[in-house]
Amino acid sequence: MPSQVKRLILLFGIAAAALVLVRFLLVPDSFGRYGHYRADAVDEVAGMEIRYAGHLLCQECHDDVDAVKSGSMHEAVSCEACHGPGNEHAEDPFENRLSAPRGRRRCAYCHSYNPSRPTGFPQIEPDEHGGEEPCITCHNPHQPEPLVGIEDCEACHTEIAKTKSKSHHLSLHCTTCHATQERHPGAPREMRPDKPRTRSFCGQCHGEDASSPETIPRVDMATHGEDYLCWQCHYPHFPEGRR
Amino acid sequence: MKDELRSVTRRDFLKCLAKLAPAAALASSGLKLGTIFASEEPGGSEGEGHWYGMGIDLERCIGCGRCSEACKEENDVPREPYFFRTWVERYVVTVDREVSVDSPNGGIDGFPPPDIEEQHILRSFYVPKLCNQCARPPCVQVCPVGATFETRDGVVLVDEKYCIGCRYCIQACPYGARYLDPQTRVADKCTFCYHRITRGLRPACVEVCPNSARIFGEIRNANTPLWRFVRTNELQVLKPHLRTEPKVYYNSLDSEVR
Repeated sequence: MPSQVKRLILLFGIAAAALVLVRFLLVPDSFGRYGHYRADAVDEVAGMEIRYAGHLLCQECHDDVDAVKSGSMHEAVSCEACHGPGNEHAEDPFENRLSAPRGRRRCAYCHSYNPSRPTGFPQIEPDEHGGEEPCITCHNPHQPEPLVGIEDCEACHTEIAKTKSKSHHLSLHCTTCHATQERHPGAPREMRPDKPRTRSFCGQCHGEDASSPETIPRVDMATHGEDYLCWQCHYPHFPEGRR
Repeated sequence: MKDELRSVTRRDFLKCLAKLAPAAALASSGLKLGTIFASEEPGGSEGEGHWYGMGIDLERCIGCGRCSEACKEENDVPREPYFFRTWVERYVVTVDREVSVDSPNGGIDGFPPPDIEEQHILRSFYVPKLCNQCARPPCVQVCPVGATFETRDGVVLVDEKYCIGCRYCIQACPYGARYLDPQTRVADKCTFCYHRITRGLRPACVEVCPNSARIFGEIRNANTPLWRFVRTNELQVLKPHLRTEPKVYYNSLDSEVR
C-alpha cells in the first residue's frame, strides 16, 4: 500500500474519531429520546411557575363568594378574570392581597356597547349609563342580575330619569326628595307629590354638619348662596349643570 | 308549473340522480367530524396519554381581550404591542363587502367603536387567534437545529436553550403565531400553557375567558368539554388548504377570516 494512502486513511480515521467525540460532547443526553429534539426541554417548559391559580383553588377559601356567584349571570366568570392572577395570593393570602376593580373601566371591557359583540350580550353606553358612578354602586359583580323596577316613576317621568341617570344624584330614589302618596300613579294630578321647600332639606346631605358620606360636597349653609333657595342655582336632577 | 314537473320523465330523473350521487358522497365525506381532526399523532404515544386541542366558540367571543392580557401575565410575554402568544382580531365587513381587520394591542385595552358607521356594517365579529398547534407543523419542519418540536401530547414547544434565533420558524408559520423574544433573542410562541396543563389546570386564556368562548380539552377523550363543543357544532380550522392540520377548532367561522 502506498504511503500516501496510509496517511490518508489515518487522516480519515482521526477525522471520524473527532466527529464522534465532538458529537458525544456536544449533543445532550436527552436529544433524540422521543424525536429530533432535547427531551429535557419538555420538562423545562413544564416546570415554569404558574401565576393564575384557577377558580377551583379560590373556591377552597372563598366558598361564601362562590355560593353567591353560582347560579348568577357571572357564574362562568372566573375570579381571576377580574381580580387578576392569584397564585401568589393563594400561597400567602395576607402578604399578597388581590385588588378588586372598583372603577368603571374594567366592567366596560365586556359591557360597553360595540357592534362587533354578539347580539344579546348585555351592553351599555358608558357615557350615558349611570353617570360617573362606579358600576358597583348599583350592581353586585358577584350577582349582577339586571336591576328591575328601581325607578317605578320612570314609566311616566322618562326625561327626568334619563337626566338624573347621568348625574351624581342617580342613586337617589325619587321618593328621597319627593314625598309621594301611594295614589299618585293612579291619580297623578289630584294626588301631587311633594317637593322640598327649604334650604335645610338639601343641607341634610350637603351641610357642613351633615352625617352623609364624606365624598358628598359640603357648603356652609349659613353663608353659601345668601338667601336664595338651592334649586334657584342648582338643578336637583342634574346638580353638575349650572342654571 | 304542473306541466313542467310532469315533463321530467322517470328515466331522466334517475339519470340526474346517478350524476349527483358521487358529488353528494364527496360533500358528506368532507363534513364528517373525524376529517377535521388532525390525523397524525406524534410518534411514541401510541394512542395513549394526552392529545390536546382547543375549541373557540366565535358566537360567544365578546372581544374583551382578557385572554390576551392573562396570556402576557402568565407567560411573561413582553408588554410591547408587537409580541403576542394570543390576540383578538376584530373583523368588520361593510355592505360594500369590504373587509377590515384590526387588533389594537391585541385587544388588551378593549376595542374602541369601529371607524365605520354602524349602518354601513354588514357584519362584525371577533376572532381570537393563537398558535394552532398543528399536527403537521411547518415551523418544526424548517428548524435547522431541532429547537422547536412537537411533544408526545401534541403541543408544539420551543427549546429556549437550543434555539439559535434564526427566525425560519417565524417565516414558516402561516398563522403569524410566532415572535422573536426581544430579551432572550429566541423564538417564542403559545405553549397551550404547557406548565399549567401538565398540572391539571386550564390554559390561562381559557381560565379567564368570561363568556366561555375558549374550550380546552383532549381530542380523543370523549369526556371533556371540548368534545361537547365538537358534538354540537360544525367546526372549521384556519387555512385548511395548507394541510397543517391545526388542533385549534373554530365554529361559525366566516369565509373572510384568514
